[in-house]
Amino acid sequence: MVEFMLPKNSRPKKGKTWPAPTGAANTRTFRIYRYDPDLSDNPRIDTFHVDMDTCGPMVLDALVKIKNEIDSTLTFRRSCREGVCGSCAFNIDGTNTIACTKPIADIRGDIKIYPLPHMPVIKDLVPDLSVPYAQYASIEPWLKSDTPAPTSERLQSPDERAELDGMWECILCFSCQTSCPSYWWNGDRYLGPAILLQAYRWIADSRDEAAGERLDNVDDPFRLYRCHTIMNCTNTCPKGLNPGQAIGEIKSLLINRR
Amino acid sequence: MQNDAKPLSPHLQVYRPQVTSVLSIMHRLTGIVLVLAAMLLTYWLAAAAYGPDAFARAQIVLESWFGRLVMFGFTFSLFYHLLNGFRHLGWDMGKGFDLTRLRITGGLVVIGSIALTLLSWMWAYGHVGKL
Repeated sequence: MVEFMLPKNSRPKKGKTWPAPTGAANTRTFRIYRYDPDLSDNPRIDTFHVDMDTCGPMVLDALVKIKNEIDSTLTFRRSCREGVCGSCAFNIDGTNTIACTKPIADIRGDIKIYPLPHMPVIKDLVPDLSVPYAQYASIEPWLKSDTPAPTSERLQSPDERAELDGMWECILCFSCQTSCPSYWWNGDRYLGPAILLQAYRWIADSRDEAAGERLDNVDDPFRLYRCHTIMNCTNTCPKGLNPGQAIGEIKSLLINRR
Repeated sequence: MQNDAKPLSPHLQVYRPQVTSVLSIMHRLTGIVLVLAAMLLTYWLAAAAYGPDAFARAQIVLESWFGRLVMFGFTFSLFYHLLNGFRHLGWDMGKGFDLTRLRITGGLVVIGSIALTLLSWMWAYGHVGKL
């Protein structure tokens, strides 16, 4: 359901301001969401000053530098640092994206970093993604085929393969998923843009033989049709993919098969 | 893992309004306004059916500056909802999903609904013929 306010235990308080590094001429201010599950206290917003002359260009570089040099308890997910693993997705400067490919120079003023929106927070910038992972499992994201397995590869024409472009690139960072107001209000029942893009990825795969069954699975007022074409998903995708269009394709297929 | 104990991360509070989301919520709001407009139109017609006195009272309400302001809002809502409805029809046909088209069609909807609203009020006040 729509809830404009955060629950009482979730409203961030003013946090600690860490002293600026001495002798640094070129600093930027980072305001970062902190939550410590070991304290029975609300989340807080800490302020850090980072010397940009000794920091890499991306937001993730600054987070790593803060963890290394200022506060080692700062907790966040990261792995590949080059936009292929999808771990370091946060709400940065008001929109969701992955920190490793977001240049600090693109942000004016203080750099505000929050966990992915409307998710339970485990610690600091780490959200609990159990629900979207379970939703991902529910669309059975693997090849399903009744014909006997061939002795070599399952062949695809270049055109059939091209159908998957714009979908196989998805790194499941859930930036789109958590940018969607519909997912905020109905995330327990609506599959969300990331999962529906993946659902369509298998529906559109010429090697998969379960398209009908897959369409049956999503043909539901909540699982699919909570999409109201708001298009925040496509607007925020750090890989430039189009989940909104994929959802549109699923809706078209469902209408055309009637 | 007790989810209830975990705080909920900020959403509306921190998510910067996007062209996409603002146009979308406008569609919904103008839709709600149009329902109210339909109720006002019903009142006006019912007043006309009820008799000359009731109709005269309705006219006084609707012709007041406040009545005109409300109807100006209704006119804008009508055109916005109508034009943005065409975007929805396009999406339902699988067209116009890429970011550039989203921004262009969104801009056209805003400019078009303002222009049509102003034009219809100028027409109503008899200004269009004199332009």
